[in-house]
Amino acid sequence: MLLHAMYPRDLFAEIDRLQRDLQQAFDLSPSIRGLGRGFPALNVGSTPRSIELYVFAPGVDPATLKVQLERGVLTIAGERAAEPVAEGASVHIDERFAGSFRRVVTLPDDIDPGAVEARYRDGVLHVSVGRRAAAQPRRIEIQ
Amino acid sequence: MSEARSMTNRAETTRADAALRPAVDVIEDASGITLRADMPGVPKERLQVHVEGDTLTIEGDVVLQVAEDMEPTHVELAVPRLRRAFTLSKELDADRVSAEVEHGVLKLRIPKKEHAQPRRIEVKVA
Repeated sequence: MLLHAMYPRDLFAEIDRLQRDLQQAFDLSPSIRGLGRGFPALNVGSTPRSIELYVFAPGVDPATLKVQLERGVLTIAGERAAEPVAEGASVHIDERFAGSFRRVVTLPDDIDPGAVEARYRDGVLHVSVGRRAAAQPRRIEIQ
Repeated sequence: MSEARSMTNRAETTRADAALRPAVDVIEDASGITLRADMPGVPKERLQVHVEGDTLTIEGDVVLQVAEDMEPTHVELAVPRLRRAFTLSKELDADRVSAEVEHGVLKLRIPKKEHAQPRRIEVKVA
């Protein structure tokens, strides 16, 4: 924990990203699973005003999607129904995920639990979590 | 908010033609083949399905609503492009492929040619 306190929070994310970038530079063929590890794939970004999450969950009924924020932990859960296969039909490729899924993300301390927005469009759930105004960088005037 | 800017510009410039392979399901029944592909974040107008010779290619660009000043902190989908190609067999009718997309899932229906449809041949008693 002490180690954590000594370095800026994002450094670990940076190292992780660097590692992934290196791996990709050597490995030109993308994953056979297409979207990497697990379902749904998740991208996270931050701006001075918000944390932005992109959950790649195509083919999900928006009514079954649950987005929950509790004590700084954001949980995204849902279910993707298996497509019915007609009798006598044969399945040649079966790669798409079916079943229930859950992704859990710990958010930074400065988020505003009252400013969460979630939209589902083209199979991507975009969750935007606002940060408290006090935490946003301000320029201090020099007298 | 800018529509077009991708979250993953860096990866894009290092490998201009790179694309991820979308997960698919392929199911065949008596009258044809149904293909479903996960194309999350690909709007209908950025989705392409084309047949050239006996190769069927599906591809699309992932377009996300991203703020100008956003810094990516965790990236699993690192290439904003999806592409996959399939070889069609002779009995499939490439001219009659139909495509629809809903919630980021592309559904293709490739019917079999008339002569390849199953027919029941009556057995006559001589």
